[in-house]
Amino acid sequence: MSKGSTPETRPFAVTLDVGGSLLNKTGSWRTERPVYVDRLPPCNQACPAGEDIQGWLYRAEEGDYRGAWESLMADNPLPAIMGRACYHTCEDACNRAQLDSAVNIHAVERFLGDLALRENWPAPTAATASGKRVLVIGAGPSGLSAAYHLARLGHSVQIREAGPLPGGMMRFGIPKYRLPRDVLDGEVQRIVDMGVELELNQRVDDIPAALAAGHFDACFVAIGAHIAKRVNIPGADAARIVDAVSFLRDMETGDEQLQLGRRVLVYGGGNTAMDVARTARRLGAEPVIVYRRTREQMPAHDFEIDEALEEGIVVNWLRTITASDEQGFKIEKMALDENGFPQPTGEYETIEGDSLVLALGQNVDQSILTNLPGVTLNDDNVVEVGPDMATAYAGVFAGGDMVPAERTVTVAVGHGKKAARNIDAYLRGETYTSPPKSELASFDSLNTWYYTDAEQTIQPVLDEVRRQTTFAEVYAGLDTGNALFEARRCLSCGNCFECDNCYGICPDNAITKLGPGKRFEFKYDYCKGCAMCVAECPCGAIVMVPEET
Amino acid sequence: MTQIPDSGQRVKFYQTGTFTAGNRLLDAAQRSVQASVERANSLDSGHRACQGCGEALGARYVVDGALRATDNKLIAANATGCLEVFTTPYPESAWRLPWIHSLFGNAPAIGSGIAAALRAKGREDVRVIAQGGDGGTTDIGLGCLSGMFDRNDDVLYVCYNNQAYMNTGVQRSSQTPPAARTATTPVAGAEPGSPPGTGKSVPLIAMAHGIVYVATASVHDLHDLEYKVTRAMGFRGARYLEVFVPCPLGWGSKPADTIKLARLATQCGMFPLFEAEHGELTAATKIRQRVPVEDYLKLQRRFDHVFKPENAHQLDTLRGIAERNVRRFGLLAAEDAS
Repeated sequence: MSKGSTPETRPFAVTLDVGGSLLNKTGSWRTERPVYVDRLPPCNQACPAGEDIQGWLYRAEEGDYRGAWESLMADNPLPAIMGRACYHTCEDACNRAQLDSAVNIHAVERFLGDLALRENWPAPTAATASGKRVLVIGAGPSGLSAAYHLARLGHSVQIREAGPLPGGMMRFGIPKYRLPRDVLDGEVQRIVDMGVELELNQRVDDIPAALAAGHFDACFVAIGAHIAKRVNIPGADAARIVDAVSFLRDMETGDEQLQLGRRVLVYGGGNTAMDVARTARRLGAEPVIVYRRTREQMPAHDFEIDEALEEGIVVNWLRTITASDEQGFKIEKMALDENGFPQPTGEYETIEGDSLVLALGQNVDQSILTNLPGVTLNDDNVVEVGPDMATAYAGVFAGGDMVPAERTVTVAVGHGKKAARNIDAYLRGETYTSPPKSELASFDSLNTWYYTDAEQTIQPVLDEVRRQTTFAEVYAGLDTGNALFEARRCLSCGNCFECDNCYGICPDNAITKLGPGKRFEFKYDYCKGCAMCVAECPCGAIVMVPEET
Repeated sequence: MTQIPDSGQRVKFYQTGTFTAGNRLLDAAQRSVQASVERANSLDSGHRACQGCGEALGARYVVDGALRATDNKLIAANATGCLEVFTTPYPESAWRLPWIHSLFGNAPAIGSGIAAALRAKGREDVRVIAQGGDGGTTDIGLGCLSGMFDRNDDVLYVCYNNQAYMNTGVQRSSQTPPAARTATTPVAGAEPGSPPGTGKSVPLIAMAHGIVYVATASVHDLHDLEYKVTRAMGFRGARYLEVFVPCPLGWGSKPADTIKLARLATQCGMFPLFEAEHGELTAATKIRQRVPVEDYLKLQRRFDHVFKPENAHQLDTLRGIAERNVRRFGLLAAEDAS
């Protein structure tokens, strides 16, 4: 009626004025409105280091590798290491696995990490200096991660490492064929270059004294678990038995090595047992793994077992070592009872063996708890911490293998980040609260019709002969071409990636395209609430919410 | 069977290839017209179509595409029907191009007339489309349409096929599939819904005229649809395009499922997508993810009764239609067909 005509002045049977349909605000029909959301992608949810995987893949998809790497570095200072050593729970959770195969996330991460090392990209700049000093004990993944995040938050950090080289289990536990040392050194150096002090061969026995002497305001302890568990084997010559931790450490420091002999028994079924066996294989030995239970019950990751078997390593399941003599080791066969526990059968056999490596797990060195009243080891021989990673002793936080959690590099890096945030809050006299988590972007929330079929890129693998004889890295990295392809396989679950679908398919033109990087906006004046945009959004980034009545 | 080539190109190895409207990773040339902020929006916001209207969507896709193909020199004639009623309650209109409302059955003749007038004025740079629903095209307007084809008038006729007379209250048309319930084919008797053996294929009738270009398209495949519109506008003479446009009101489906239904109709074989030139089939869009006919039917209340045990034969009838389409138009990719 804005044009000013009245019922009297209009032609017969005409009730409207001349004009376009924009005068008719069809948004009033709506009972529900669409809204754009960012859901939590399953990879991000599964990442123990809290990486925004979908976020950095999004940058990598555009070929913005620097941006992708910087986004990665916001959560994890060790991408090149993580791209090799992480057991990538993200890929187990990846929605694409239900379509063809999971995105090879760790390979892209490694590509970005290697590129950063090659290009010498510096760590992101730190906040203004806070004037606070934090002591980090242990230069393993957790300590390095905490130091990095604390430095970024503006604190002055000193790391004291008892060993002769930084890296912790990344150096003394993960063999070179999985993590080349120049990669490790490069990523540690980048943290040192931020101004973090790294003191090697500096064992801390009395934390309160060290804090007072160094004028530290807080402390993060991450000394790991490196006291090997032993088992008594009657008749065994102690000189022929070594624990896995010492064996792998000696490999690294070049210290006097045990004369393994030809036939090496490795006792245990975890990832460390695999690492030991595969290392021994490369030294020319014929390793045999002895494990009490079945393959299914082995704590080692499936792919590690596969890789060990590929390299010609023999595994004896359902066996325990009961005694030793000149001929070798006496082995008892086991059988699973109805509860799935191994029970002795009374049947014995003898295995020839020149030496035995015990890979039965590790404990925390208790001496660190001296003068920390209230801080003790629990029944599992680890230090209890709160959800904020704080110990019972004010100002002392702990993480990594010494606290209750899965013992992986990635969990350790996550602990470092979490501890750093809480230490930062503690130093300000505040409490850190993590931002609320969005709803999970489940497979059901995707419209997979829109995704092109594209199988995972397979990383080149070193040939088997070289795997059995050298410590060269087993897996090669991606190159620029296939890294881009792999990144673009990401479904971007729960997060708009600007495919223009909602804008293209709205029957009411009720969406404005805001331009590159700015996403879209609804025109609620005209949106009728049909929810077609929700149904046709490939990645589930739109939901309907009821209108207020 | 002769191999019918696949139509359209697909970009491999991108997140979504060309299946989505656009994608920030694609070259601008590979994105659809609808992905562009510069699209004409020929059918503007504020129109009075129902929630989730497939026809409103299909009409914007087609006319925006035709406007781009003709450098915005385009006139449209529009048959009476939903598309006219919901866009243009006189004198208000949602159209943003020269647009002429015709009677129910004579949109092809009006199109012919506009083309003749333009020729007389020496304005052959200005192109003509005529459009209408299935009722106006395949029942009431078939005579005018056949005449337009016969004279080879320079008009692209676009039929938006939603398989019944929706505007007047869902009465059966010659495009209503067997067993579908409409107001005039109720669920009663031994053959509830529209009777088997009735209806016709107007694309095949158009092909029988030997006209230069005939194609079918669907609102679920924007790139395929825009490619066909562009191709159609590249020819002179009479052309025919039939667009599959689900109707939530008439089909008893959820408004949000409109595109999904169009997708399922093509992927089960009920609505084949193909192109023909001079009466010869030249290409078919292959089925990408084949689904049973039931997946398509069960989202529509007009087919509820076919899932009752006593009407199992109706389900067989519909399966048979899909099977024959798959064979006749070569809808399976070579490796699937073996």
